Amino acid sequence: MNMRASDFIDVGSLDDVPVRGSRVLRAPGGDIALFKSAEGDIFALRDECPHKKGPLSQGIVHGRSVTCPLHNWIIDLESGQAMGADHGCTNVIAVRVENGRILLDARALAAQAA
Amino acid sequence: MTEKLVVIGNGMAAGRVLDHLFEQAPGRYAVTVFGAEPRVNYNRILLSPVLSGEKTFDDIVTHDHAWYAAHGVDLRAGVTVTAIDRAAKTVTDTTGTVTPYDKLLVATGSSPFIIPVPGANLPGVVTYRDLDDVNAMLAAAEKGGSAVVIGGGLLGLEAAAGLAMRGMKVSVVHLMPTLMERQLDAAAGYLLQGAMEARGVEVFTKANTKAIVEEDGRAVGVLLEDGRTLAADLVVMAVGIRPNAGLAKAAGLNVNRGLVVDDEMRTNDGDVFAVGECVEHRGQCYGLVAPLFEMAKVVAARLTDDPAPRYEGSFLSTKLKVTGVDLFSAGDFADGPDRDEIVLRDAARKIYKRLVLKDDQLIGAVMYGDTADGPYFFELVKSGEDVSDIRDTLIFGRSFAGAGAGDPNAAVAGLPDSAEICGCNGVCKGAIVGAIQAKGLTDVNGVRAHTKASASCGSCTGLVEQVLALTLGEGFQKADVEPMCGCTDLGHDDVRRLIVAKELKTIPQVMQELEWKTSCGCAKCRPALNYYLLCDWPGEYQDDSQSRFINERVHANIQKDGTYSVVPRMWGGMTSPSELRAIADVADKFAIPAVKVTGGQRIDLLGVKKEDLPAVWADLNAAGMVSGHAYAKGLRTVKTCVGTDWCRFGTQDSTGLGIKIEKFMWGSWTPAKLKLAVSGCPRNCAEATCKDVGVICVESGYEVHFAGAAGLHVRQTDLLCKVATEEECMEHIAALTQLYREQGRYLERMYKWAKRVGLDTIRAQIVDDAARRRALFDRFVLSQSTAQIDPWAERVAGKEAHEFNPLKLSLAEAAE
Ligand code: SRM
Ligand SMILES: Cc1cc2nc3c(=O)[nH]c(=O)nc-3n(C[C@H](O)[C@H](O)[C@H](O)COP(=O)(O)OP(=O)(O)OC[C@H]3O[C@@H](n4cnc5c(N)ncnc54)[C@H](O)[C@@H]3O)c2cc1C
Ligand code: SF4
Ligand code: FES
Repeated sequence: MNMRASDFIDVGSLDDVPVRGSRVLRAPGGDIALFKSAEGDIFALRDECPHKKGPLSQGIVHGRSVTCPLHNWIIDLESGQAMGADHGCTNVIAVRVENGRILLDARALAAQAA
Repeated sequence: MTEKLVVIGNGMAAGRVLDHLFEQAPGRYAVTVFGAEPRVNYNRILLSPVLSGEKTFDDIVTHDHAWYAAHGVDLRAGVTVTAIDRAAKTVTDTTGTVTPYDKLLVATGSSPFIIPVPGANLPGVVTYRDLDDVNAMLAAAEKGGSAVVIGGGLLGLEAAAGLAMRGMKVSVVHLMPTLMERQLDAAAGYLLQGAMEARGVEVFTKANTKAIVEEDGRAVGVLLEDGRTLAADLVVMAVGIRPNAGLAKAAGLNVNRGLVVDDEMRTNDGDVFAVGECVEHRGQCYGLVAPLFEMAKVVAARLTDDPAPRYEGSFLSTKLKVTGVDLFSAGDFADGPDRDEIVLRDAARKIYKRLVLKDDQLIGAVMYGDTADGPYFFELVKSGEDVSDIRDTLIFGRSFAGAGAGDPNAAVAGLPDSAEICGCNGVCKGAIVGAIQAKGLTDVNGVRAHTKASASCGSCTGLVEQVLALTLGEGFQKADVEPMCGCTDLGHDDVRRLIVAKELKTIPQVMQELEWKTSCGCAKCRPALNYYLLCDWPGEYQDDSQSRFINERVHANIQKDGTYSVVPRMWGGMTSPSELRAIADVADKFAIPAVKVTGGQRIDLLGVKKEDLPAVWADLNAAGMVSGHAYAKGLRTVKTCVGTDWCRFGTQDSTGLGIKIEKFMWGSWTPAKLKLAVSGCPRNCAEATCKDVGVICVESGYEVHFAGAAGLHVRQTDLLCKVATEEECMEHIAALTQLYREQGRYLERMYKWAKRVGLDTIRAQIVDDAARRRALFDRFVLSQSTAQIDPWAERVAGKEAHEFNPLKLSLAEAAE
């Protein structure tokens, strides 16, 4: 796969998302949760827990995962998969960070909106 | 292609087979496990400590969700298999799903036997087999009253002791003349009966149950054959078990009493194995874990094409897991003309030991009161060694023959390497010593992880500690604390102690210094650490909002649809027309869908959008209202009654005192939520005696009560002290709260903390020791000096703005 920079949309600055925390991105297809790990890596997931649609953006971020605020499912930020014996998956949106800006995969966002 | 292994039953036997299988041939099978119980696998034999309150369910889980995920096991928890089609090699379950297998393992365990008397199926009659049964018993025990346990065997007695510890009045009804007659001789059974009676359990032997008595559709008693009736709010049937082999039988597998297997644990279908209590091997069905762990090894070997291990039956030994009752039996101890016995009795110390010999060999042993030599005798029974040389002193055990008496480790020191230490898992002394030396183990947990010794019923933990002590000498330190979470081996108390002793002042510092195993903790330890640091370094520690659960991070309660609820403070439950008007205006302005009066004497606005929170708060602040901390592990409400202001019975100004207390204590963080109430007279209209702290006003002053609860558990408060003035009342309450803040484990309500450290210990520090009380009070005041900032006002002023302002992306950009 060969993606050009223009396939990605600038959604905000790295500093907009707190470390070990998250930020909601209100997008046409529904909310996206942006997460930042302790190491500063950024992840973007649909803001909906596969369990009962809990807002993942409101959970506690630890390692490369987030604990859902409603019933404590643990979601892997890289794959969107529920960890442990819980089954389910949240859509992940590809992220790039360039010059302190957060860029999201436009096609994935459009697909979300469609 | 990976072969498909389907396992029916997710109990102890199945778990052990899979442990061995994944160790020996990881990845060889794609495994699907069906478990009728809607949960992960747990150590069934530790249900009794859960019943008695000595352990929680989490403590006894053996395979957690992470384990299933790590081994790629498809767990169908809560799904029962209803049919096996051996021709098609599939199983069908309650959801109608058909799952194919290459190899099938039946591990369905057994079911409690229900004696077919009238009323046996009434509500109020339970059996004792799984967690649901324990929960049913606990629910009954919450209400108190009396329980009748039918069956005086291992399960019945453990249930009886557990229910007695939960405060029920318990009787045991047993058909035979003495308790546990299959494992104990009459003399030991008699001593056991005395021990049960000393625990407040009434024992009826030679008592045959005729019927369960019904009233209004539920069980209210047990009618005995001799005409007596025992009243019962709860009836527990623990009269025996039956192998669960119906499913196998319907599939045309060979079933007698249990599902018949050969020495390879194979049924009459070469692709179908069976293990555990559901099987019958050489005419025997077993009801203890040791045999099925041996079976599990053989099954795993067969599944990985290792032809060597065979199962040839088991010798059994029994222990009873009732705290404070030491009892051990092994082998055959029936009387007989060809047998010889040696008996030792010490009536004063309630010790009884009996050895049964035949042809100069030890064939059975029963011990009550002092069981230290149990493993030694069990070893002699199994080995069939000639004991004629040591016969004279045999009954005194190994320590008499070997090392000096009085040395607590002597009995273990004298054991040969082949002696079995852990009966459940068949681990011998040599294996434990070997593991300690090879892996550098230093504690019981390490031994558990590497050898499984003491990992099942836990009654050999003391022996394992002795082996550790012998092997490591001085280097051994006893430790049995529950770790805070998977990120550390330290328990809450150690972490708290070290935070103060090492002056650790940030979460990363704690994790570094105390050698956390994860990079940044987890959702269990981070909120706890944040609280401990906040409590121990008031004014200094910077609260870490990312280590707070959502409600405390945004100062509102999250609802199931992702909106929030807002509860402003109403001091002591008092409000005014202007406050009510402001609340009404806010509700209109922000189209808040629900306005409710809470159980805490104030008003809840439910369904507020997160982005609206700061504006809602701004309007409430403008009307003089602040956050009610309805979301906090901290001070919630102080409920009051109308007291002398209005009430014809009021003795003191309960409303005024409640408001004073709430104004003094709001904003403080505590290990778990903290609720108070003040009632103006003993009629107690503010329900003060089920709060964490409650005050009852009386003519001569104030009674301060504490450690009550009315949620998951209902507990009436105990009296802390009686004081004469409002000032003394506030001082005692603040000091008590501060002690709880400093000693409570995160999420431990005051009544649980009080139970753990002891009510008298607390009274001694707060009531009897005035200097200590004053010091605690001063520390509380110091902490409050930086705690009482309205979190709503701070956020209205812009703090944590990112929480409430989402980033936005327009449609045009996305569509581009
Ligand atoms: C609003 C309210 C119910 C109501 O409509 O009346 C309520 C609502 C909730 N209670 Fe409660 N409790 C409310 C009074 C009570 C009471 C009665 C009282 O305080 O006098 C109790 C029993 C007393 C006690 O605590 O011992 C009570 C015992 C619980 C418990 C059980 C606590 C326990 O340790 O046993 C929980 C669960 C928990 O905290 O883990 C709980 C948890 C909750 C939560 C926070 C559940 C949650 O996590 O979402 C609910 C939040 C609702 C919200 O968003 O506002 N609530 N809850 C009451 C708020 C009182 C207030 O003004 O602050
Ligand atoms: C309270 C208590 C205390 C005990 N104390 C001791 C002790 O101190 N020492 C000792 O050695 N032993 C003790 N035991 C006995 C020990 O727990 C059992 O020997 C052991 O659990 C049997 O293991 P198993 O795997 O054969 O059966 P189980 O552990 O019962 O597992 C069988 C599982 O299969 C499930 N199942 C059944 N049919 C189906 C189906 N068709 N589809 C899907 N799932 C199904 C059942 O729900 C169950 O979860 C105790 C038992 C109890 C209940
Ligand atoms: S508790 Fe006493 S003072 Fe308060 S309302 Fe009841 S009767 Fe009146
Ligand atoms: S909605 Fe996420 S855990 Fe339930």
